[in-house]
Amino acid sequence: MQVPAPFAYERATSVEHAIELLSRHGPEARVVAGGHSLIPMMKLRLAQPDALIDINNLSDLSYIRVEGDQLLIGALTRHADLLDSAVAGEHFPIFRDAEQVIADPVVRNFGTVGGSLCQADPAEDLSAAFAAVGASVVARGPNGSRTIDVRQLHAGPYETVLEPNELLVEIRVPIRPGGGSAYEKVERRVGDYPVAAAGAVVWLDGDTVAEAGIGLTAVGAEHFAAPEAETALRGRPATDDSFAEAGRIAAQHCHPQPDQRGPAEYKRQLAVELTTRALRRATARARGQEA
Amino acid sequence: MQITVTVNGTAYTEEVEPRLLLVHFLRQTLGLTGTHWGCDTSNCGTCVVWFDGKPVKSCTMLAAMADGHEIRTVEGLERDGALDPVQQGFMECHGLQCGFCTPGMMMTARSLLDTNPDPSDDEIREAISGQLCRCTGYENIVRAVRWAAEHPAQEEVTT
Ligand SMILES: Cc1cc2nc3c(=O)[nH]c(=O)nc-3n(C[C@H](O)[C@H](O)[C@H](O)COP(=O)(O)OP(=O)(O)OC[C@H]3O[C@@H](n4cnc5c(N)ncnc54)[C@H](O)[C@@H]3O)c2cc1C
Ligand code: FES
Ligand code: FES
Repeated sequence: MQVPAPFAYERATSVEHAIELLSRHGPEARVVAGGHSLIPMMKLRLAQPDALIDINNLSDLSYIRVEGDQLLIGALTRHADLLDSAVAGEHFPIFRDAEQVIADPVVRNFGTVGGSLCQADPAEDLSAAFAAVGASVVARGPNGSRTIDVRQLHAGPYETVLEPNELLVEIRVPIRPGGGSAYEKVERRVGDYPVAAAGAVVWLDGDTVAEAGIGLTAVGAEHFAAPEAETALRGRPATDDSFAEAGRIAAQHCHPQPDQRGPAEYKRQLAVELTTRALRRATARARGQEA
Repeated sequence: MQITVTVNGTAYTEEVEPRLLLVHFLRQTLGLTGTHWGCDTSNCGTCVVWFDGKPVKSCTMLAAMADGHEIRTVEGLERDGALDPVQQGFMECHGLQCGFCTPGMMMTARSLLDTNPDPSDDEIREAISGQLCRCTGYENIVRAVRWAAEHPAQEEVTT
């Protein structure tokens, strides 16, 4: 029987209260959101926090709405809510694509969007999706709020740049009309983390790629992104050849690690192919040829 | 710490360690052993119960997180001695053999039917895709859920 090591448990009643509790309990305290990454790690004693600050009652951190030209997602939004969100799906089908294949329907009922980003698992799906769409996150600490480019959020595997007493409260995604987005994942079985996955967003200027965003996960892409491929694609014709070339460039900058999900070369090949497919589908959506 | 959890409509106040998992709270503290505990790694889904009306894996939750919330377990499926159509369906269609995965399967199935009373086979398979059966096989489980969809309870089942 797997049981976590003992810890103190506190339930936050507001964002301010959560920050105060984190400050009071010190750097060995951890936020628990859905707990679907943290609790398994605690059961295996891979994590042994002194204190857990439960933010599940902060229902004001659970929302998805458009404000101005941004899609705002509260950190405590459950995976299932992002999957079901009409407004998110309308602007960013990439989230629907990704959420359909993140974990399983039951896990999606409790795991959160903010927890996924903060877990910083090198194979996390949403990290790649948010990197592709150029999201930023809002972190709140004792001295107020700051906004962080999601491509600067991860400091390494299982590590973010958040201070121990900072709370991720919101994810902001810029909405620019005329774009299309998509997510492509290869998994060993339903509900598993990806062997590799790629997300893409494309804006067209006629038959030319005006702008593209590419996110990659599980293949050792720095900051879950492929900036070199994005640059190479800008101004190129929106054709399969261009997408395949972007896929090759993206894969060249990856550092996949062999593990139980597959050898490095296989993952690198997946990075090429999944980037190509994501760009192709994002483009079809930008043209209104696919839902 | 002291927690109060409403399970199948009854409020229970208990002294627990913060590290107690919800599945063990249900099974050991409350003696509700209908909820099973299997893989312990969030994969098999035999521990699925409802948390505020939605299926969750209770081996991946703390009992403390359920404080002030509503849990429904397989013991809460039958109403006034009448089996839920899902339970009846599992009997009619041989939806269980050893029965180990059954409580989780039935809780997910009930939730599916509440939101989608006439699901396709694919939708049923998707709903139970985070749950494992190692002996009956999924064919009969899907048939059992279909049976329940075709034989809804006379009265609306409320939670
Ligand atoms: C069976 C299973 C399969 C899965 N499959 C996939 C998959 O295919 N793809 C995938 O991407 N993920 C997968 N996951 C992970 C799942 O998406 C988790 O829900 C997610 O990784 C973490 O979200 P959480 O809310 O559960 O976070 P928690 O476990 O509560 O927290 C994770 C970490 O983030 C910190 N944290 C959480 N919220 C905040 C916040 N607001 N501010 C600051 N820090 C915070 C915590 O302190 C902790 O360190 C799977 C999980 C399981 C159990
Ligand atoms: S015991 Fe909870 S998922 Fe297997
Ligand atoms: S009935 Fe035996 S595991 Fe499903």
